[in-house]
Amino acid sequence: MLSEEERKEIEAECALYEHRRPATSEALKIVQRHRGWVSDEAVKDVAEILGASADEVESVATFYTLIFRQKVGRHVILICDSVSCYIMGYETLKEHLGRVLGIELGQTTSDGRFTLLPNACLGVCEQAPAMMIDEDVHGHLTPEKIPDILSRYA
Amino acid sequence: MAVLYVDNQPHEIRPHEVGKNLLKVCLGLGFNIPYFCWHPAFQSVGACRQCAIKLFKDEHDTKGKIVMSCMVSAKDGMRISIDDPEAIEFRARVIEWLMLNHPHDCPVCDEGGECHLQDMTVMTGHTYRRNRFAKRSFRNQDMGPLVAHEMNRCIQCYRCARFYRHSAGGRDFGVMGWHDRVFFGRFEDGVLQSEFAGNLVEVCPTGVFTDKTQARHFTRKWDLQTAPSVCVHCGLGCNTIPGERYGSLRRIRNRYNHRVNGYFLCDRGRYGYEFVNSPHRIRQPLLRENQAALRPISAQAAITHLGNLLHSGRAIGIGSPRASLETNYALAKLVGAENFYHGMPTKHLRIVRAMLDVLKRGPAPSASLHDMEKCNTIFMMGEDIHNVGPLMVLSLRQAVLQKPIAEAAKLHISDFEDAVIREAIQQEKGPFFTGVPGFTKLDDQVTQAYRGAPHDIARLGFAVAHMIDPAAPAVEDLPVERVQFAQRIAKALQDKKPLIVAGYNCGSESIVRASANVAWALRKKGFAAHLAYTVPECNSMGTALMDGGEIDDAVQAIASNGIDTLIVAESNLYRQLSLSGFDTILRRIKHLVVLDCLPNETTAWAELVLPAATFAEGSGTLVNNECRAQRFYQVFSPAGDVRESWKWLSAAMVASGRAQSEPWPDLDAVLAALARDIPVFAKVPGITPPSSFRLMGMPVPRESHRFSGRTAIDADQTIHERPPEPDADTPLRHSMEGYPLQPPASLLGRYWAPGWNSDHALNKFQQEIDGPLREDAPGVRLVEPSGGQPSAEALNIEYLGLVPPAFQRRAEEWLVIPAYHIFGSDELSMHSPGIAELAAKPYLQLNQADADSLGATPGQLMTMTVESAVCTFPLKVGPGLPDGVVAIPFGLPGLPGVALPAWGKIRPAQPGEPTGVRQA
Ligand code: SF4
Ligand code: SF4
Ligand code: FES
Repeated sequence: MLSEEERKEIEAECALYEHRRPATSEALKIVQRHRGWVSDEAVKDVAEILGASADEVESVATFYTLIFRQKVGRHVILICDSVSCYIMGYETLKEHLGRVLGIELGQTTSDGRFTLLPNACLGVCEQAPAMMIDEDVHGHLTPEKIPDILSRYA
Repeated sequence: MAVLYVDNQPHEIRPHEVGKNLLKVCLGLGFNIPYFCWHPAFQSVGACRQCAIKLFKDEHDTKGKIVMSCMVSAKDGMRISIDDPEAIEFRARVIEWLMLNHPHDCPVCDEGGECHLQDMTVMTGHTYRRNRFAKRSFRNQDMGPLVAHEMNRCIQCYRCARFYRHSAGGRDFGVMGWHDRVFFGRFEDGVLQSEFAGNLVEVCPTGVFTDKTQARHFTRKWDLQTAPSVCVHCGLGCNTIPGERYGSLRRIRNRYNHRVNGYFLCDRGRYGYEFVNSPHRIRQPLLRENQAALRPISAQAAITHLGNLLHSGRAIGIGSPRASLETNYALAKLVGAENFYHGMPTKHLRIVRAMLDVLKRGPAPSASLHDMEKCNTIFMMGEDIHNVGPLMVLSLRQAVLQKPIAEAAKLHISDFEDAVIREAIQQEKGPFFTGVPGFTKLDDQVTQAYRGAPHDIARLGFAVAHMIDPAAPAVEDLPVERVQFAQRIAKALQDKKPLIVAGYNCGSESIVRASANVAWALRKKGFAAHLAYTVPECNSMGTALMDGGEIDDAVQAIASNGIDTLIVAESNLYRQLSLSGFDTILRRIKHLVVLDCLPNETTAWAELVLPAATFAEGSGTLVNNECRAQRFYQVFSPAGDVRESWKWLSAAMVASGRAQSEPWPDLDAVLAALARDIPVFAKVPGITPPSSFRLMGMPVPRESHRFSGRTAIDADQTIHERPPEPDADTPLRHSMEGYPLQPPASLLGRYWAPGWNSDHALNKFQQEIDGPLREDAPGVRLVEPSGGQPSAEALNIEYLGLVPPAFQRRAEEWLVIPAYHIFGSDELSMHSPGIAELAAKPYLQLNQADADSLGATPGQLMTMTVESAVCTFPLKVGPGLPDGVVAIPFGLPGLPGVALPAWGKIRPAQPGEPTGVRQA
């Protein structure tokens, strides 16, 4: 069941369009903002609000890699693996992060604190190699800077 | 004529092909260009990149550029190359990449041997796999009893999703994921909700979607014996290709008829076939002596017995709308026209005859499914079309797009650019108005709907007609909001191509009359209105064109004047009559003779049962809802004594002393007699060539030239090669030998061409792509408006009257209306396990307010008394039903043929009252 607040926010989005279904991606983002991810249950709930089928909502949800259809950690690390970052040391960085967190790409730490995901281009090539944790971009990364950055996310 | 230069050779193309996409035009010219995402029924999106060719600026351009042929319009003088080395290389790389993740499991794939992907892979010369990385794989879904899912074989052409969502309007299937993990399926496992899901099997160019029913008795395409046939599961007469091996029917595939069903079938038609293989089939004549059980007897003994019955006393016959013209005719001849009755509920007969009357008088002709697609404004009265004329849904869904597409054309969008057109028109739809007694699955296409009782729907129709032409009868006391609605409809219908849809769903002749007035009024005003009617059975129109009494008269005749013998041809009287009518027949008739293919409530009481051939085991003619007569051919020789009913009746003519020798020993003979005796059927013999027809001295084989095991198929029993089963009725042979090239369309039972093993070989059989077949034979329309279609001034229309009074709900009684179900209401298909699994369960349905007034809750057992039947079923609460109306499913097994609508009484069932139907 979606919360009253989620419903209200989704309704507000719907009001911006002629039809309700174009609000699908925004509705999914709203749910994700509230819960961190979008469960099967939530897909059905969103579908109901929008007068769509679950299949229609799922098509949108699974098209966008940043809509999480599996449970993620409290903080999501998006490490950039596009060309610039690749050249500037993405691989070393990824291995280091993995070692520090004890997980591989696509996994979540056992304490549920971090999920590590690759991302093709964060749009900050000038700061390569870069990563993004939640809403914050971290650039010019080196393995040495990692522990300090991670410590800011409880 | 325009000219297209292909590899420097000039080719003439028809003027109307200019502006069509190059892929379609080139395929029509006979070229082989590989393609995946393009489909003639849903056009181009340029998604697969497989149809690449070179396009040159002019004759001096030697370099050219690669384009997708499905996305470029043909122009006069255009120069293209299919054989250009770069284009060839491009296509080879594309298929290599499409095949990266393909499992290469053709030997165990049900698509193997008739796979478009196989054909295209061979065509492009991609024979060696270089990719050494792991393939991605998917979890498949259980999509119900009809369609199997094996996602690993997908090449992401998007055809399935486009068909399912756009053409069929399904919303429980789509595209998930992205990148190389694109998945075509459902949100979660479960039965596909679309009535057209089975088309995925043919639409998908690979083995992702295959026929689950065929898998249980799998046979490769080339091992099937096939013949041109017609669907028997509703009145639309879609063309089919049934396939047989080892004496059992293995599957049904679409047979292209440009005018009728095009490329598609509904799931009732595709999957209803398994009744032919039912273990309960009647395969031998059965006789009951001295009230004992039915016992098998020889065919000769059965004919003699029938002859004796006919000798000794007075006999009458009841025909059937699900039997061929030939069988109904033969029965009428055997018992005498005055003793022949129609084996359908009297209400249905009257409605169908009313339709025939309207179509004969004109000036509005009936529309084929193809005509309907081109209409641009629709008014539908009373029909729940998904359940009474399924394939019409696809046509209507096309029709509502006509106006928006015409608008899009103003933006200079080519008519084949599907994605662009959809982007341009968004959710726009053309005007589509309905009056229906509840919610229907087509409601999301409808501009405005009125939900009312049958009488009120008819009144709305009459009112619309009156507003278009005041000479049409007016409707008194219409509520003001309905007057406004009628005005809105009347205004919208005055357009280029209006379509009026009506039918038997509501059991209302008034609705048929109203539909006629609307269509005629439009014609009078110069608008080219068409009528589309649904009819209950595959030959309702054909039988109604014959003289014959109503079934209730047959009951009367039996009840009153000493009739000894009743011969019933392929009709289960229990379904056609009220319980009391059925009871009267059983009590009064001395000798009941039934010809049928499966046991039912009527055969259970018969003295003599004769095994009748199904559509797959015999040949004959059916007349569809638009009065188009079409031939179906025997696919295989049945085991046992099974034969067409008309053949049994022909033998009975001799045994009863009515003829010296068999009057109709073969199909040509019975057709000739039919055409001679009943003028309206004069053209029926000519639909297909006579049995003597030969091509280069050869008949047409039902088996492919690759048919395996001819000499060994009976090796477990005999070392001798079985001679082909004889066939005196048709120019076809039960053999792989015969004319090896393309037969005329009327004898075409298989699509195959060199390099084209899949059904896409159809390209090679069409005069032009998406157009008529070569030597086209789309059947013959038997009824056209008298005197053709005169000009508006010459029209002297006599409008139909009898506007019914408004529906008044009663205090103690309920108007019982029938609810039809695509899975459940058709008698024969319910013997197919897949259909039976999906069938509706009996219920009584009320709207919420009415349920509340009875203090009843959903699921609670309710008892309804209507006519002589008492039905106890669980309550369903459905929105949209008018107040004072109760709906009950029609034709589910075990339900008698109550003539609906009728008034009934409802009460909560008493404790211990059994569910089911009993006599009052
Ligand atoms: S499942 Fe079939 S039709 Fe659908 S995209 Fe894949 S190959 Fe094409
Ligand atoms: S629409 Fe009717 S005729 Fe066509 S396939 Fe379905 S049941 Fe058969
Ligand atoms: S058929 Fe032309 S791109 Fe797919």
